[in-house]
Amino acid sequence: MAYSDKVIDHYENPRNVGVLDKEDPSVGTGMVGAPACGDVMRLQIKVDENGVIEDAKFKTYGCGSAIASSSLVTEWVKGKTLDEASSIRNKDIAEELALPPVKIHCSVLAEDAIAAAIEDINRKRGAAGE
Amino acid sequence: MKLSDNYFEIFGLPVSTAPDAGAIDEAYKRLQREWHPDRFSAGSDEEKRRAMQYTSVINQARQTLTDPLARAIYLLSLKGVDLDAETDTRMRPEFLMAQMELRERLELVDGAADPYAAIDKLRDEVAVHARDTATTFAAAWEGDDTAGARDLAREWQFLDKLRRELDEKEQRLDGD
Repeated sequence: MAYSDKVIDHYENPRNVGVLDKEDPSVGTGMVGAPACGDVMRLQIKVDENGVIEDAKFKTYGCGSAIASSSLVTEWVKGKTLDEASSIRNKDIAEELALPPVKIHCSVLAEDAIAAAIEDINRKRGAAGE
Repeated sequence: MKLSDNYFEIFGLPVSTAPDAGAIDEAYKRLQREWHPDRFSAGSDEEKRRAMQYTSVINQARQTLTDPLARAIYLLSLKGVDLDAETDTRMRPEFLMAQMELRERLELVDGAADPYAAIDKLRDEVAVHARDTATTFAAAWEGDDTAGARDLAREWQFLDKLRRELDEKEQRLDGD
Protein backbone atom coordinates (compact mmCIF):
# COMPACT_ATOMS: atom_id res chain seq x y z
CA MET A 1 0.00 0.00 0.00
CA ALA A 2 1.25 3.46 -0.82
CA TYR A 3 1.77 5.80 2.10
CA SER A 4 1.46 9.54 1.65
CA ASP A 5 4.62 11.68 1.88
CA LYS A 6 3.46 13.03 5.22
CA VAL A 7 3.03 9.56 6.68
CA ILE A 8 6.47 8.56 5.44
CA ASP A 9 7.99 11.73 6.88
CA HIS A 10 6.48 11.08 10.34
CA TYR A 11 7.33 7.40 10.11
CA GLU A 12 10.97 8.00 9.21
CA ASN A 13 11.41 10.99 11.50
CA PRO A 14 8.89 10.51 14.26
CA ARG A 15 8.51 13.56 16.50
CA ASN A 16 8.49 13.33 20.27
CA VAL A 17 9.14 9.64 20.73
CA GLY A 18 9.78 8.90 24.36
CA VAL A 19 8.38 8.61 27.80
CA LEU A 20 7.37 11.01 30.58
CA ASP A 21 7.14 10.03 34.23
CA LYS A 22 3.59 8.78 34.59
CA GLU A 23 3.71 9.32 38.36
CA ASP A 24 4.36 13.05 37.84
CA PRO A 25 1.16 14.93 38.86
CA SER A 26 1.54 17.22 35.83
CA VAL A 27 1.72 14.30 33.37
CA GLY A 28 -1.31 12.66 31.78
CA THR A 29 -0.91 9.22 30.20
CA GLY A 30 -3.21 7.65 27.62
CA MET A 31 -2.80 4.03 26.61
CA VAL A 32 -4.99 2.54 23.89
CA GLY A 33 -4.92 -0.43 21.58
CA ALA A 34 -6.63 -1.67 18.44
CA PRO A 35 -7.38 -5.40 18.56
CA ALA A 36 -7.88 -5.51 14.77
CA CYS A 37 -4.22 -4.86 14.05
CA GLY A 38 -2.66 -5.40 17.48
CA ASP A 39 -1.39 -1.81 17.58
CA VAL A 40 -0.54 -0.35 20.98
CA MET A 41 -0.15 3.38 21.57
CA ARG A 42 1.00 5.36 24.59
CA LEU A 43 0.59 9.12 24.46
CA GLN A 44 1.65 11.41 27.29
CA ILE A 45 1.23 15.12 27.92
CA LYS A 46 2.88 17.42 30.44
CA VAL A 47 0.61 20.25 31.46
CA ASP A 48 1.53 23.53 33.19
CA GLU A 49 -0.55 25.16 35.95
CA ASN A 50 -2.62 27.08 33.38
CA GLY A 51 -3.71 23.89 31.68
CA VAL A 52 -1.42 24.41 28.69
CA ILE A 53 0.35 21.38 27.25
CA GLU A 54 4.06 22.11 27.36
CA ASP A 55 5.37 18.74 26.28
CA ALA A 56 4.09 15.58 24.64
CA LYS A 57 5.66 12.18 24.05
CA PHE A 58 4.49 8.99 22.44
CA LYS A 59 5.46 5.40 21.82
CA THR A 60 3.53 3.37 19.29
CA TYR A 61 3.91 -0.21 18.19
CA GLY A 62 2.05 -0.52 14.96
CA CYS A 63 1.99 0.29 11.29
CA GLY A 64 3.32 3.43 9.64
CA SER A 65 -0.07 5.13 9.77
CA ALA A 66 -0.44 4.54 13.51
CA ILE A 67 3.05 5.88 14.18
CA ALA A 68 2.45 8.90 11.95
CA SER A 69 -0.93 9.61 13.57
CA SER A 70 0.52 9.65 17.07
CA SER A 71 3.60 11.61 16.01
CA LEU A 72 1.39 14.25 14.38
CA VAL A 73 -0.86 14.52 17.44
CA THR A 74 2.09 15.15 19.77
CA GLU A 75 3.14 17.99 17.47
CA TRP A 76 -0.35 19.43 17.36
CA VAL A 77 -1.09 19.41 21.07
CA LYS A 78 2.06 21.20 22.21
CA GLY A 79 1.16 24.75 23.26
CA LYS A 80 -2.56 23.97 23.22
CA THR A 81 -4.85 24.11 26.23
CA LEU A 82 -6.48 20.87 27.35
CA ASP A 83 -9.79 22.11 25.93
CA GLU A 84 -8.23 22.84 22.57
CA ALA A 85 -6.44 19.51 22.51
CA SER A 86 -9.62 17.63 23.31
CA SER A 87 -11.25 19.03 20.17
CA ILE A 88 -8.81 17.15 17.91
CA ARG A 89 -10.77 14.65 15.85
CA ASN A 90 -9.56 11.61 14.00
CA LYS A 91 -10.95 13.15 10.81
CA ASP A 92 -8.43 16.03 11.13
CA ILE A 93 -5.58 13.57 11.55
CA ALA A 94 -6.70 11.38 8.65
CA GLU A 95 -7.05 14.43 6.40
CA GLU A 96 -3.66 15.87 7.29
CA LEU A 97 -1.94 12.54 6.65
CA ALA A 98 -4.13 11.61 3.65
CA LEU A 99 -4.88 8.23 5.21
CA PRO A 100 -6.75 5.75 2.99
CA PRO A 101 -10.07 4.39 4.34
CA VAL A 102 -8.49 1.13 5.57
CA LYS A 103 -6.16 3.16 7.79
CA ILE A 104 -8.73 5.48 9.33
CA HIS A 105 -8.73 3.37 12.48
CA CYS A 106 -5.11 4.43 13.08
CA SER A 107 -6.28 8.02 13.42
CA VAL A 108 -9.10 6.85 15.72
CA LEU A 109 -6.42 5.32 17.92
CA ALA A 110 -4.56 8.65 18.11
CA GLU A 111 -7.73 10.60 18.93
CA ASP A 112 -8.62 8.11 21.66
CA ALA A 113 -5.07 8.22 23.03
CA ILE A 114 -5.06 11.99 23.46
CA ALA A 115 -8.56 11.82 24.96
CA ALA A 116 -7.36 9.18 27.45
CA ALA A 117 -4.30 11.28 28.36
CA ILE A 118 -6.50 14.34 28.96
CA GLU A 119 -8.87 12.25 31.07
CA ASP A 120 -5.90 11.05 33.14
CA ILE A 121 -4.50 14.53 33.77
CA ASN A 122 -7.96 15.91 34.59
CA ARG A 123 -8.39 13.14 37.13
CA LYS A 124 -5.01 13.97 38.69
CA ARG A 125 -5.72 17.71 38.73
CA GLY A 126 -9.19 17.15 40.14
CA ALA A 127 -7.79 14.93 42.89
CA ALA A 128 -5.08 17.48 43.71
CA GLY A 129 -7.63 20.33 43.94
CA GLU A 130 -9.81 18.55 46.46
CA MET B 1 -27.34 -28.06 4.81
CA LYS B 2 -28.83 -24.59 4.62
CA LEU B 3 -26.85 -21.44 4.02
CA SER B 4 -28.76 -19.78 6.85
CA ASP B 5 -27.47 -22.39 9.33
CA ASN B 6 -24.54 -21.41 11.48
CA TYR B 7 -21.20 -23.12 10.97
CA PHE B 8 -21.76 -25.53 13.85
CA GLU B 9 -25.15 -26.55 12.46
CA ILE B 10 -23.72 -27.00 8.99
CA PHE B 11 -21.15 -29.40 10.45
CA GLY B 12 -23.76 -31.12 12.63
CA LEU B 13 -21.99 -30.14 15.84
CA PRO B 14 -23.21 -28.60 19.09
CA VAL B 15 -22.31 -24.91 19.51
CA SER B 16 -19.26 -25.05 21.76
CA THR B 17 -15.89 -23.48 22.59
CA ALA B 18 -14.20 -26.85 22.04
CA PRO B 19 -15.77 -28.79 19.17
CA ASP B 20 -14.33 -32.24 18.55
CA ALA B 21 -11.53 -31.99 15.97
CA GLY B 22 -12.18 -35.46 14.58
CA ALA B 23 -15.87 -34.69 14.12
CA ILE B 24 -15.04 -31.45 12.29
CA ASP B 25 -12.74 -33.34 9.97
CA GLU B 26 -15.29 -36.06 9.29
CA ALA B 27 -18.13 -33.64 8.61
CA TYR B 28 -15.86 -31.56 6.40
CA LYS B 29 -14.95 -34.51 4.22
CA ARG B 30 -18.56 -35.64 3.97
CA LEU B 31 -19.85 -32.17 3.04
CA GLN B 32 -17.02 -31.59 0.63
CA ARG B 33 -17.85 -34.80 -1.20
CA GLU B 34 -21.54 -34.01 -1.16
CA TRP B 35 -21.09 -30.56 -2.69
CA HIS B 36 -18.03 -31.07 -4.81
CA PRO B 37 -18.48 -29.01 -8.01
CA ASP B 38 -17.34 -32.02 -10.10
CA ARG B 39 -20.50 -33.82 -9.10
CA PHE B 40 -22.54 -31.06 -10.71
CA SER B 41 -20.57 -30.76 -13.94
CA ALA B 42 -23.55 -32.12 -15.88
CA GLY B 43 -26.03 -30.07 -13.88
CA SER B 44 -27.68 -26.75 -14.65
CA ASP B 45 -25.84 -23.45 -14.22
CA GLU B 46 -27.91 -22.86 -11.12
CA GLU B 47 -26.78 -26.18 -9.62
CA LYS B 48 -23.16 -25.50 -10.50
CA ARG B 49 -23.34 -22.05 -8.98
CA ARG B 50 -24.87 -23.46 -5.80
CA ALA B 51 -22.22 -26.18 -5.51
CA MET B 52 -19.51 -23.51 -5.73
CA GLN B 53 -21.24 -21.37 -3.16
CA TYR B 54 -21.74 -24.25 -0.73
CA THR B 55 -18.15 -25.39 -1.14
CA SER B 56 -16.91 -21.94 -0.27
CA VAL B 57 -19.14 -21.77 2.83
CA ILE B 58 -17.96 -25.24 3.90
CA ASN B 59 -14.32 -24.16 3.62
CA GLN B 60 -14.98 -20.96 5.50
CA ALA B 61 -16.80 -22.91 8.21
CA ARG B 62 -13.92 -25.35 8.60
CA GLN B 63 -11.38 -22.54 8.88
CA THR B 64 -13.48 -20.80 11.51
CA LEU B 65 -14.22 -23.90 13.55
CA THR B 66 -10.62 -25.15 13.61
CA ASP B 67 -8.94 -21.83 14.51
CA PRO B 68 -9.53 -21.22 18.25
CA LEU B 69 -9.53 -17.41 18.01
CA ALA B 70 -11.65 -17.27 14.87
CA ARG B 71 -14.04 -19.68 16.56
CA ALA B 72 -14.24 -17.53 19.69
CA ILE B 73 -15.03 -14.44 17.62
CA TYR B 74 -17.60 -16.42 15.68
CA LEU B 75 -19.26 -17.68 18.88
CA LEU B 76 -19.64 -14.09 20.04
CA SER B 77 -21.08 -13.06 16.69
CA LEU B 78 -23.75 -15.75 17.12
CA LYS B 79 -24.84 -13.85 20.21
CA GLY B 80 -24.81 -10.62 18.22
CA VAL B 81 -21.63 -9.41 19.94
CA ASP B 82 -19.10 -7.52 17.86
CA LEU B 83 -15.51 -6.98 19.02
CA ASP B 84 -15.41 -3.45 17.54
CA ALA B 85 -11.81 -4.34 16.90
CA GLU B 86 -11.12 -1.18 14.92
CA THR B 87 -13.14 1.38 16.83
CA ASP B 88 -13.12 0.41 20.50
CA THR B 89 -9.58 1.20 21.65
CA ARG B 90 -10.07 1.09 25.40
CA MET B 91 -8.43 -1.91 27.02
CA ARG B 92 -7.25 -2.80 30.51
CA PRO B 93 -4.20 -0.56 31.14
CA GLU B 94 -2.23 -3.46 32.68
CA PHE B 95 -2.88 -5.51 29.59
CA LEU B 96 -1.70 -2.73 27.27
CA MET B 97 1.34 -2.14 29.46
CA ALA B 98 2.28 -5.82 29.20
CA GLN B 99 1.74 -5.67 25.42
CA MET B 100 4.06 -2.65 25.20
CA GLU B 101 6.74 -4.55 27.06
CA LEU B 102 6.40 -7.60 24.83
CA ARG B 103 6.63 -5.37 21.75
CA GLU B 104 9.70 -3.65 23.14
CA ARG B 105 11.35 -7.01 23.60
CA LEU B 106 10.41 -8.05 20.09
CA GLU B 107 12.07 -4.88 18.85
CA LEU B 108 15.26 -5.74 20.75
CA VAL B 109 15.47 -9.26 19.31
CA ASP B 110 17.75 -8.15 16.46
CA GLY B 111 20.40 -6.91 18.87
CA ALA B 112 20.28 -10.00 21.09
CA ALA B 113 23.32 -12.26 21.39
CA ASP B 114 21.13 -15.18 20.29
CA PRO B 115 18.10 -13.76 18.47
CA TYR B 116 16.58 -17.20 17.88
CA ALA B 117 16.66 -17.97 21.59
CA ALA B 118 15.11 -14.54 22.31
CA ILE B 119 12.30 -15.26 19.84
CA ASP B 120 11.71 -18.72 21.31
CA LYS B 121 11.45 -17.29 24.81
CA LEU B 122 8.99 -14.62 23.69
CA ARG B 123 7.00 -17.14 21.71
CA ASP B 124 6.71 -19.44 24.73
CA GLU B 125 5.45 -16.56 26.88
CA VAL B 126 2.94 -15.43 24.29
CA ALA B 127 1.74 -19.03 23.85
CA VAL B 128 1.16 -19.34 27.60
CA HIS B 129 -0.79 -16.05 27.61
CA ALA B 130 -2.86 -17.21 24.65
CA ARG B 131 -3.62 -20.56 26.26
CA ASP B 132 -4.66 -18.87 29.50
CA THR B 133 -6.80 -16.45 27.55
CA ALA B 134 -8.45 -19.32 25.66
CA THR B 135 -9.22 -21.13 28.93
CA THR B 136 -10.63 -18.02 30.59
CA PHE B 137 -12.62 -17.25 27.45
CA ALA B 138 -14.20 -20.71 27.52
CA ALA B 139 -15.11 -20.28 31.20
CA ALA B 140 -16.61 -16.83 30.59
CA TRP B 141 -18.54 -18.12 27.58
CA GLU B 142 -19.92 -21.11 29.43
CA GLY B 143 -20.82 -18.91 32.40
CA ASP B 144 -22.82 -16.62 30.07
CA ASP B 145 -20.44 -13.75 30.81
CA THR B 146 -20.64 -12.31 27.32
CA ALA B 147 -18.98 -9.00 28.20
CA GLY B 148 -16.07 -10.82 29.82
CA ALA B 149 -15.78 -13.16 26.85
CA ARG B 150 -15.70 -10.17 24.51
CA ASP B 151 -12.87 -8.51 26.48
CA LEU B 152 -10.89 -11.74 26.42
CA ALA B 153 -11.35 -12.27 22.68
CA ARG B 154 -10.15 -8.70 22.14
CA GLU B 155 -7.01 -9.38 24.19
CA TRP B 156 -6.53 -12.68 22.40
CA GLN B 157 -6.32 -10.78 19.10
CA PHE B 158 -3.24 -8.91 20.31
CA LEU B 159 -1.57 -12.15 21.34
CA ASP B 160 -2.38 -13.75 18.01
CA LYS B 161 -0.93 -10.79 16.16
CA LEU B 162 2.21 -10.94 18.28
CA ARG B 163 2.59 -14.63 17.53
CA ARG B 164 2.42 -13.89 13.80
CA GLU B 165 4.97 -11.09 14.16
CA LEU B 166 7.33 -13.42 15.97
CA ASP B 167 7.04 -15.91 13.12
CA GLU B 168 7.69 -13.15 10.58
CA LYS B 169 10.69 -11.94 12.54
CA GLU B 170 12.12 -15.45 12.57
CA GLN B 171 11.61 -15.79 8.82
CA ARG B 172 13.48 -12.52 8.30
CA LEU B 173 16.35 -13.81 10.45
CA ASP B 174 16.42 -16.96 8.33
CA GLY B 175 16.65 -14.82 5.22
CA ASP B 176 19.61 -12.73 6.44
